[in-house]
Amino acid sequence: MSTGTVPTPPKKVNRIGLEVLNYKGSKTTLCAGCGHNSISERIVECFYDLGIEPYKVAKFSGIGCSSKSPAYFLGLSHGFNSVHGRMPAIATGAVLANRHLIGLGVTGDGDTASIGLGQFMHLVRRNLPMIYIIEDNGVYGLTKGQFSATADLGSKLKTGSPNDLPPFDCCALALKWGATFVARSFSGDKKQLQALIKSAISHNGLSVIDVVSPCVTFNDHEGSTKSYSYVKDHEEVLHELDYVPYFEEISVDLAEGEAMDVRMHDGSHLRIRKLTRDYDPTDRIAALAVLEDASAKGEVLTGVLYVNPEKPTFVDLLNMDDAPLCTQPESRTRPGREVLDQVMEELR
Amino acid sequence: MSTLEVSPAEPFSGQPVHSVINDFSIQVATVNGSGSQTANTVLMRSLFQMGIPVSGKNMFPSNIAGLPTWFTIRASKDGYIGRRKEIDFLVAMNAETAREDVMKLDSGAAVVYDEPLKLNELRSDLHFYPVPFDKLVGPVCPEAKLRKLVRNMIYDGVVAQLLSIDMDEIRKALIKQFGKKKAKAADLNFGAAQAGYEFSAKTFTKSDPYRVERMNGTAGKIIIDGNSACALGAMFAGVTVVTWYPITPSSSLVETLIGYMRRFRHDAETGKATYAIVQAEDELASIGMAIGAGWAGARSMTATAGPGISLMSEFIGLGYYAEVPTVVFDVERVGPSTGLPTRTQQGDLLSTALLSHGDTRHPMFFPCSPEECFSMSIEAFNFAEQFQTPTFVMTDLDLGMNNWMADPFEYPTAPIKRGKVLDAEDLEKLGGFARYKDVDGDGVGYRTLPGTNHPNAAYFTRGSGHNDKAQYTEREDDYIHNMDRLSHKFDVMRKHVPAPVVHIAEGAKIGFVACGTSDYAVRESCDQLRNEHQIEASYLRLKAYPFNDDLLEFVRNHDRVYVVDQNRDAQLLGLMRLEFPADLIAKLRSLRYYGGLPLDARTVTDEIIRQEGK
Repeated sequence: MSTGTVPTPPKKVNRIGLEVLNYKGSKTTLCAGCGHNSISERIVECFYDLGIEPYKVAKFSGIGCSSKSPAYFLGLSHGFNSVHGRMPAIATGAVLANRHLIGLGVTGDGDTASIGLGQFMHLVRRNLPMIYIIEDNGVYGLTKGQFSATADLGSKLKTGSPNDLPPFDCCALALKWGATFVARSFSGDKKQLQALIKSAISHNGLSVIDVVSPCVTFNDHEGSTKSYSYVKDHEEVLHELDYVPYFEEISVDLAEGEAMDVRMHDGSHLRIRKLTRDYDPTDRIAALAVLEDASAKGEVLTGVLYVNPEKPTFVDLLNMDDAPLCTQPESRTRPGREVLDQVMEELR
Repeated sequence: MSTLEVSPAEPFSGQPVHSVINDFSIQVATVNGSGSQTANTVLMRSLFQMGIPVSGKNMFPSNIAGLPTWFTIRASKDGYIGRRKEIDFLVAMNAETAREDVMKLDSGAAVVYDEPLKLNELRSDLHFYPVPFDKLVGPVCPEAKLRKLVRNMIYDGVVAQLLSIDMDEIRKALIKQFGKKKAKAADLNFGAAQAGYEFSAKTFTKSDPYRVERMNGTAGKIIIDGNSACALGAMFAGVTVVTWYPITPSSSLVETLIGYMRRFRHDAETGKATYAIVQAEDELASIGMAIGAGWAGARSMTATAGPGISLMSEFIGLGYYAEVPTVVFDVERVGPSTGLPTRTQQGDLLSTALLSHGDTRHPMFFPCSPEECFSMSIEAFNFAEQFQTPTFVMTDLDLGMNNWMADPFEYPTAPIKRGKVLDAEDLEKLGGFARYKDVDGDGVGYRTLPGTNHPNAAYFTRGSGHNDKAQYTEREDDYIHNMDRLSHKFDVMRKHVPAPVVHIAEGAKIGFVACGTSDYAVRESCDQLRNEHQIEASYLRLKAYPFNDDLLEFVRNHDRVYVVDQNRDAQLLGLMRLEFPADLIAKLRSLRYYGGLPLDARTVTDEIIRQEGK
């Protein structure tokens, strides 16, 4: 046996030589036990696992507890914490300016389902390629616990005041408006959320992920439908998800009927193995029907609700040059003298 | 003697005692959507082609078709192209407004009118020329459907005959209007004009004094509207992301830009665009996208009017505080609220300078002509990126939507300057950077763009409190330090915004301060004051905000300074009051017009005389 010092184990790195540490951000200031913190951790893991260079990512958020979280992951990526409900506009402008950016937007149910509803709608309509994560807890946490528009009918605040307006289901709304990737998850479901975030990264279009993310301070009590215990009791997981990145060999070929295989735009694969319910995530109308049904029963459906990898994105529609607009030199953006002369001649 | 006392039965007769050559205004009163736009444009262009300085001002309703519209052409041998208060030659085509149109005229004016309206019964001190339009249009336009549109060209012919406008110019103008592809339409319209000309020649004995003569006042010039000039400026500034939401009177700025970009900003081989233009869902989304794009390193802009500016308030505050460049065009119209969407005003000065809650200040550029719309738009894009802040180009409906004579635009020789942006190479040399640190003393930090491949590139942009490193902070000292730096940055801008144009009149005790389209009225008023009242007045035209020492000096050197405001609450004066010392404030006088029409010299002159107690 050697009596020398124990060699330090090699640092664990991903395929581009970075450690998990390189994907973290600042220390969180959110409450201990906040669902958003789990989501942040999943984001760190997913980007690390996929070996994405942090400088290629741009983080966006609105205003709220959820919107603070981009400071707590991907510290090596630029971030823009903007104004309440208007993050889609900022993200759209940035992605158009630099089409190579991987846009990652984090928002809350207040930010998206109330003040931001219009921008959310138009973001979906345009199918802007980016990841849009709604950290959904049914309340406005940062302003101390008012109901949001996703709070369920009959649910109660800690004070006992009831919510007497029906909720918006952001997934159903996104589906109706034509979203090309719609998923719901739960901040406590590590494996499922990882598969969904990775698929979203691969998806070429807008990926909407509504993550029920309990607010331990204002909405985790008896009477809440967004609490840890409520979700645990009422969650219906649609299917088992396996994500195989494009740079990994698919080790096992699927037998017929064993699982649905969705090939993502970048060559990755999302494998969807059904559980109790027969569910086809490429059928938009069925997805809407299933959501109505679940809502009536008070169930929280989680998984990939809908995926369509083929629809053109807003970037496709604009027919922009391959080189990002922000890199275009003066020789390509300032027409020559002869153009001005021609225009002046036409106006004489 | 009141015009109403004169017996209407005796027509005004006799040959004109003197000629008024190339110095009058023609007003055509019609109904919008009736084809009058072609006739009006052709008339204006014919005078222009004869070398006579002209302006054309359209007063149209906030409606698509069927309501009254007035088009006023001013011909001025001396080059006065601001609105002329008096109408010398009326073409009355709208039964609904005809009576009022006639009663407003001064004695001695001329009226061409649709005969059935019997306007000659209203007054006896005007020169009346009745024309049976419906009888004349039939023979020249066999297709009944087109008669309504072609009918208006008849008055072009009548007016041409009465004023001695060369019919060849009318024909040339029609061909220009319709282009080669619509030669038949041009012919049809010319036929109608000819019919009017011939009718006038054989029917009327000219009794009014107005006519034109060729001169050389328009050589080499173009005709263009201000919005198109701004659009061209943006294109030649290298704009890459354009966002907008339709609103009168700014819509045509972006619509024209779209046309030019499609022609000139696509890769010759691939056909791909070196730009993106997005019609957003509202003005909040427009400005948000423009700011997001500017943050990511594009040259971005949006265009709007007053109501849109109000909506953009929150995002502009973010742009100011987080220091993101973008250019916003505000084509001002009458407010408040929906106001008068098709009338002009300079009513957004105060709100835009201070746009958003908290302590904010924004630079504004004030072009007064199409040439300046072009050149100052280009300057604005460089400026926005130099100072990393939203920069406003303030025009108005009069400048934006009317057709103006202009000298051909000069190709920009100054290079496109992207401001203080660090790339990966810079970061490698520097070892790092602090986003909001005032390294150079000008209040402007260095920024990096997302997508920069360097571990020290990233920083977090936020509208909440931040320190030099862009980190979140609630500390009192950090906040004050940052706000003071922003103040300092605004002060530095004073030496970099376009400087005022100053004309000192020798011996002048009074002076004017004005901006934008007030220029035309003020310059003409200075001449009126001198010629009619022997009063000398100096004039400082502001081309931008913030103000600089030139303005202070100007006020210091005159006894009384009249600040011209096309708004009710003396907003330009108000901005001066915010920062002037008390002794200079005491010298300021307010001269306001806010009726929604382009400012005219006579209103200015009358007001000066009144306030000066003369």
